Amino acid sequence: MGDVMELTYAEALREALREEMIRDERVIILGEEVGVFGGAYKVTRGLLEEFGSKRVIDTPISEIAIVGSAIGMALGGLKPVAEIMYMDFLTICLDQLITQASKARFMSGGKLKVPMVVRTQYSLGRIHGSQHSQFFPSWFLQAPGLYLALPSNPKDAKGLLKASIRENNPILFVECGVLYRSKGEVPNEEYLTPLGKAEIRRKGEDITIVAFSRCVNEALKASEELSKEGIEAEVIDPKTLIPLDKETILSSIKKTGRLLIVSDDIKLGGIGAEISSMVVEEAFDYLDAPIIRIGAPFIPVPFSQKLEQEYMPNADKIVREVKRLW
Amino acid sequence: MELKMIKNIEPREFEKYELNRDRLLRLYRKMLEIRRFEEKVEELFLVKGILSGPSHLYLGQEAIAVGVLSALKDEALMVTTYRCHGHALAKGIDMNLLMAELFGKSTGTCKGLGGSMHASIYPEKGSIYATAIVGSGIPIAVGLAYSLKHQGKDNLVVCFFGDGAVNTGAFHEGLNLAALWKVPLLLVCENNLYAMGTKVERALSSKSIADRAASYNIESFVVDGNDILSVYIATKKAEKLIKEGITPVFLECRTYRMKGHGVYDKAEYRPKGEVEEWLKRDPLILFEEKLISLNYINKDELKRMDEEVKREVEGSVIFAMNSPILDFEELKNHVYG
Ligand SMILES: Cc1ncc(C[n+]2csc(CCOP(=O)(O)OP(=O)(O)O)c2C)c(N)n1
Ligand SMILES: [Mg+2]
Repeated sequence: MGDVMELTYAEALREALREEMIRDERVIILGEEVGVFGGAYKVTRGLLEEFGSKRVIDTPISEIAIVGSAIGMALGGLKPVAEIMYMDFLTICLDQLITQASKARFMSGGKLKVPMVVRTQYSLGRIHGSQHSQFFPSWFLQAPGLYLALPSNPKDAKGLLKASIRENNPILFVECGVLYRSKGEVPNEEYLTPLGKAEIRRKGEDITIVAFSRCVNEALKASEELSKEGIEAEVIDPKTLIPLDKETILSSIKKTGRLLIVSDDIKLGGIGAEISSMVVEEAFDYLDAPIIRIGAPFIPVPFSQKLEQEYMPNADKIVREVKRLW
Repeated sequence: MELKMIKNIEPREFEKYELNRDRLLRLYRKMLEIRRFEEKVEELFLVKGILSGPSHLYLGQEAIAVGVLSALKDEALMVTTYRCHGHALAKGIDMNLLMAELFGKSTGTCKGLGGSMHASIYPEKGSIYATAIVGSGIPIAVGLAYSLKHQGKDNLVVCFFGDGAVNTGAFHEGLNLAALWKVPLLLVCENNLYAMGTKVERALSSKSIADRAASYNIESFVVDGNDILSVYIATKKAEKLIKEGITPVFLECRTYRMKGHGVYDKAEYRPKGEVEEWLKRDPLILFEEKLISLNYINKDELKRMDEEVKREVEGSVIFAMNSPILDFEELKNHVYG
């Protein structure tokens, strides 16, 4: 057996859940179709058989009660991992997630803790139409008390989920639906991927590209293209939006003098807006060019596959936008 | 299905529950503490103008918090709402800490970060949560009760909420889940007939609130919420059912707000006659009459007790006024942990 194994993103997530459930019997999974059905995208397949129905709990279609009861479980000393099938459905339980879970510690003067993970996924790029494709991570930048993880590959999916389960704060863990079947190397050894620690996925001197979730892969592809033209991009994957590793981003910009931010959310008021403001505030003097943001247009996600593909950020768009600076 | 109404408890019956003179007087004193505390809070808002922000008084509902919480064991875990001062005192939380929280002081139950609507949050006394979002505490209480059952703990959760909460999605999802999971949960609806200005029948399609709860296959009772003995005995019965079946039980306690929804609300939307009728059924006076008729206390003793309680309340105001406010720099330490 080598040091690494090849796993899909979904398998890596499942491994994280399994390992943590074995390690800590307080860990409990609940959500729609997580048990008998094996998870809408099979992330939890086999866990009901392995851990039983007291720890892998199929719930009715009750998003409010899924997150609400997970909060209660967390307050009662368990470590719930709740699953919300699509990110779109979070709108139904935002009260529980934002107004209850994320405020409990603060408004109790630090006495309460809610060690809860809410797993969900966004299905942009899977021809799911306007109501099953939404990705709105920047909304949660207004929710102090909550962490937000956005794993971009199998290795981080596993390491971040394990670290999230061991956290003492509520975490929104947003998986990327199109990545579930993508494969990647995952260490055999146990490891944790810390929240709030970015990784430089590719070194470069000419421009910093900050990318999230699926768009990290697009940024890496684009970088290879750009390299052929003599432009060396540094690709940063922050892995978590909250907390955000500002230092890694800023020190890269101090080296490259240029910044492009790319993610699947709508550009207007999105992740890129916040990061570019932060950079303008904290590293204005180092910028040699305007900041570029790539995101989705201010339009609901179209159904037709061709239109959806045009709607989404991709490597070509990144290459085109970067080249504008030269 | 006909729902049982629990009311008009005879002395013979409450003696079965070991409600002797001592115990009854303690219950009375706790109700009196809540009454005088809330009257003082009202004065601090309206007359003195010292307190501000939303605050929801428990005047008129004292028999419910005291009846339920004194019937349960101290270790019972509680989830309640913004109308939580009465629950806090009945759960045994120090009046000084409660008052300090209303003042936003660092000595308060939540270090002044919660305020009136969350002031009962005090896990040290099993008071786990108080939410200002109507209905939202119900699913949380369900999960909390699941955690007890899962960990094999011989304990239960009590969840208080109003008649308005019964129409939220959280109520429906929560009750359904509670019944499916069979969790040790006492659901106490304090039906004070109004959700802000909305009379219960203008918002409720079911025959009654208890009827709606029963439709989730949850054993449900209607209780005279202004009679502490009815509340106490209903709770004892519920506790027994919860333990025997490990199952949720629902109490709809009928009561009335003596004052407005919040401290500034004059409640002019309520018919005068209705208010007068209910004021005749003031839970404190009903209990007082009972205690006097049983020869458990006389007018002089009542007066002395009242003076003692008033001094305690005054003491809590002084404690709160003399307490410091948290340093702004400390706020960030309470967001994550
Ligand atoms: C979800 C939600 N909607 C509206 C409000 C505003 N609000 C606060 S209390 C209240 C009435 C609730 O009445 P009820 O549940 O009967 O409790 P009571 O105030 O009578 O104790 C309303 C509408 C709120 N806090 N939360
Ligand atoms: Mg009401």
